[in-house]
Amino acid sequence: MEVKTEKAKSDATGVLKRIAGPVVTAVGINAHMYDVVKVGKEELMGEVIKIQGENIIIQVYEDTAGIRPGEPVINTGLSLAVELGPGLLTSIYDGIQRPLAVLVQKMGDFIERGVSAPGLDHAKKWEFKPLVKEGARVSPGSIIGEVQETNIVHRIMVPPNVKGGTVKSIKGGSFTVDEIICTLDNGAELAMMQKWPVRVPRPVNEKMNPTVPLITGQRILDGLFPIAKGGTAAIPGPFGSGKTVTQQQLAKWSDAEIVVYIGCGERGNEMTEVLTEFPELEDPKTGKPLMERTVLIANTSNMPVAAREASVYTGITIAEYFRDMGYDVSLMADSTSRWAEAMREISSRLEEMPGEEGYPAYLAARLSEFYERAGRVKTLSGGMGSVSVIGAVSPPGGDFSEPVTQNTLRIVKVFWALDAKLSQRRHFPAINWLNSYSLYLDSLHDWYDKEVSPEWNVIRSWAMEILQKEAELQEIVQLVGSDALPEAEQITIEVARMIREIFLQQNAYDAVDTFCDMKKQYDMMKAIRQYSDLAYAAQSAGVTPQQIVSVKSKNELPQIKFIKDYKPALDKIQAELDEEFNALRSAA
Amino acid sequence: MKEYRTISQIAGPLVFVEKTEPVGYNELVNIVLFDGTIKRGQVLDTSDELVVVQVFETTAGIGKDSGIRFTGETIKMPVGRDMLGRILSGGGKPIDGGPEIVPEKRLDITGAAINPYARGSPNDFIQTGISTIDGTNTLVRGQKLPIFSGAGLPHNQIALQIARQSKVPGSKEAFAVVFAAMGITKEEANYFMQDFERTGALERAVVFLNLADDPAVERIITPRLALTTAEYLAFDLGMHVLVILTDMTNYCEALRQIGAAREEVPGRRGYPGYMYTDLAGIYERAGIVKGKKGSITQFPILTMPGDDITHPIPDLTGYITEGQIVVSRELHRKGIYPPINVLPSLSRLMNLGIGKGHTREDHKKVSDQMYAGYAEGNDLRGLVAIVGKDALSERDRMFLEFADIFENRFVRQGYAEDRTIEDTLNLGWDLLSTLPVEQLVRIDRDLINKYHPKFRQAGKAEG
Ligand SMILES: Nc1ncnc2c1ncn2[C@@H]1O[C@H](COP(=O)(O)OP(=O)(O)OP(=O)(O)O)[C@@H](O)[C@H]1O
Ligand SMILES: [Mg+2]
Repeated sequence: MEVKTEKAKSDATGVLKRIAGPVVTAVGINAHMYDVVKVGKEELMGEVIKIQGENIIIQVYEDTAGIRPGEPVINTGLSLAVELGPGLLTSIYDGIQRPLAVLVQKMGDFIERGVSAPGLDHAKKWEFKPLVKEGARVSPGSIIGEVQETNIVHRIMVPPNVKGGTVKSIKGGSFTVDEIICTLDNGAELAMMQKWPVRVPRPVNEKMNPTVPLITGQRILDGLFPIAKGGTAAIPGPFGSGKTVTQQQLAKWSDAEIVVYIGCGERGNEMTEVLTEFPELEDPKTGKPLMERTVLIANTSNMPVAAREASVYTGITIAEYFRDMGYDVSLMADSTSRWAEAMREISSRLEEMPGEEGYPAYLAARLSEFYERAGRVKTLSGGMGSVSVIGAVSPPGGDFSEPVTQNTLRIVKVFWALDAKLSQRRHFPAINWLNSYSLYLDSLHDWYDKEVSPEWNVIRSWAMEILQKEAELQEIVQLVGSDALPEAEQITIEVARMIREIFLQQNAYDAVDTFCDMKKQYDMMKAIRQYSDLAYAAQSAGVTPQQIVSVKSKNELPQIKFIKDYKPALDKIQAELDEEFNALRSAA
Repeated sequence: MKEYRTISQIAGPLVFVEKTEPVGYNELVNIVLFDGTIKRGQVLDTSDELVVVQVFETTAGIGKDSGIRFTGETIKMPVGRDMLGRILSGGGKPIDGGPEIVPEKRLDITGAAINPYARGSPNDFIQTGISTIDGTNTLVRGQKLPIFSGAGLPHNQIALQIARQSKVPGSKEAFAVVFAAMGITKEEANYFMQDFERTGALERAVVFLNLADDPAVERIITPRLALTTAEYLAFDLGMHVLVILTDMTNYCEALRQIGAAREEVPGRRGYPGYMYTDLAGIYERAGIVKGKKGSITQFPILTMPGDDITHPIPDLTGYITEGQIVVSRELHRKGIYPPINVLPSLSRLMNLGIGKGHTREDHKKVSDQMYAGYAEGNDLRGLVAIVGKDALSERDRMFLEFADIFENRFVRQGYAEDRTIEDTLNLGWDLLSTLPVEQLVRIDRDLINKYHPKFRQAGKAEG
């Protein structure tokens, strides 16, 4: 994995032969696949993606307008890599890790080209605190010290591609990311920054099975279709169904320690929203601004398409790096379809044989390689860390049978199916409870037993059954009307409605309801269950469905969502439910 | 400037030129015909041996004897203050008989992407006076909100009503309208022009007209010229600019035509695979830049082929824009104007522009509750057709009723009726008060107590 050194000038410089959009052809250089090259007089950044005889084919990460045949091409001999070290958190980058804030300083409000900017600030000094002493044995991945980056501690590690040895010298104090802070007896000199090629997964000790859920504060997710820490999930849905809002909710409220959010080929205003909102929101666990644990990658739809292709790799590499420190990282990619389309666009410029719907034949391979980089792992240093990956998918026409959705579903373990019918009714999150699934239910069973209640798994199955039953009953209602249903069934319909309206619907824009912890989720579901039990009992005792449905205290239940200290109000409702039903039964 | 006579092939809108000096990608090309007329084009592919030029006008008259001049620069648009009040062709030439534009600047028409870090957050509520927009799909400054319509529906009236009535309550800042017509009929264009003239809006407008009988490929640059002008007005002159682009369907057809001419692998329904990226290059040119005064708000209009919202044109548009206003044939047939179907409509930036300090604290919840009620009532209509009204429960009948009054009182309004946001929200409460209070599950009790007519009046009576 050793980084290649620069090549001799003679074959490192060639000339451009053809320019057609983001793909250009050069001749006269000796290049390897995925080498980073500088294209044209303005030295635009590009990457070698195909070699065909004399012709070196390059995808360019910036706009190529005005570039002419005959202009020079320089091979750096390096692979596309990211800079990893203190300064990543709170940053916002484009697809190739150029800090957007620095680009504003260098070229103004609009993204021009030909400006390079390193991922980390190389002038800034950080307070480095060694955690190992001289003479200590260290190996690749070992933690040798730390920096208080934000409220997050940034652990400095021996890069995975440096041989282990004995610490010869190590010093604490204030350093830039380039200054040597540690030397090993084998001659290795370590600074706080390391570089890693984005297309290569960072090595781990061992992949483990996920057993802990990523708690998101979203009832339908935690309650019905949980994702594990280190797991993978896909959110496919037509436009406007809630992919971005769900992803942002996860970025805000999930109990990951680090969040990497990739805006891949989506809207500029959405990134602005994150940028303005996150510094003001508090992590419910630590009370610190959410921005302090967040890294943003924004390569919007109108930014160069090749850099969009690179953005997901940049993001996942940063996520792996924090995982290696022993953190639980969650990564959102919105939207993986735009990434796939970038692949398609580049592929068609290469005149490759198209596969299904014009996507390249390697689409499925690329998707699975990407999701495989998720996982709960034992790190090289022996700690535990995880990367959970949640990818949005934007199927054309909302049709899930298209290649990106289908290939994604073959890999991921959790499927949150967004449904335009629900979003049009403003049932949010518009996740269809009949089509969605989580394959982690079994492995998380014990956690819910222990951490929530031994009753939780039972009550969850009960709720799913009621919802399933409702779907069947709805078919009958469509033919005969609801009044024609048997009495018990009318109650089922009512209980299902309560599960939907009270438990499943959750307003991301309500100050309280936006986040709901497991305790409250459980309490809410229990109250609905209580109504249900009382209702069926009353019905067998001869109370009419009309009376059961018009029980007054249940009308107060939806309000619980909007109350922060809901417990007294909920207790009161539950007591009243008992009373009202008692009265009904004695009257019957 | 060197002139080449080395055209080797002409196919559709593409001209292939051989043996040139090195030519830049995307460079502007002038093609000189035997009679001296000049046609413009742009380089799509450039190499030592061959240059492919896309011509923005009809290729009629171009032959092997035509001269090719490479200008050495990408297409630029001369812009200036005196563009306001002017009518230009789809290619940017004055067609109102007036003088040439005095350029204060020449800007690249592709337009660079706004750095997301430099974007300002769009949160100024724009009051359009239309309840289905202000109340349930609120527009904010800097938003791109398309109108999805169908052939023969009154989208032009709606667009004009919005252009006429839009204001940011309490603000008196300079505004301008940039209007770009792509492939619409002369009659439709006149409809817009007459309204602009009648209301005096023309003075504050820049109009680009590519009509149905103008060259289709010119449509590729028309929206780019319009947006370059808009950026100049907004970010150089500090104006709040409303850009109307109509009809984006014609733009996409032109895109498909060029893709076919280049023998590209077609994507869905023959549209190019890069149409998403191409459209994003247009729609993303809306917004606000931190520290600058102006803004660009976009209203693209498109007609959905076969009223199909899953057709690639509305589909890709919806994936890029910040919501959509959907015009419904069914409501139109019922004689309701504006026939906006709120169910598939959406404004994604709504939450930034409403609530306390923007409109009113109850806005979001009232809107949500009306949606839910209307959606439920609308579903029941299907059921009633099968089982009849009698088979419905009491509750169902109320929602069925609600759907009707929602359409007749909230959706329906006059072409010149300009409702304030207060009117709209109060109307919403009036309609919601026809439902039992316990059915208003999406509204907090506090807001119900404060705004619900029943409690409002009770409160007043006591106090
Ligand atoms: N949990 C939620 N609570 C409240 N509103 C929601 C929620 N989820 C989605 N919405 C509403 O739906 C709208 C569209 O959601 P969003 O922007 O996430 O869609 P999307 O699936 O990302 O669409 P696109 O593919 O076009 O990006 C939001 O603007 C918001 O109004
Ligand atoms: Mg989205």
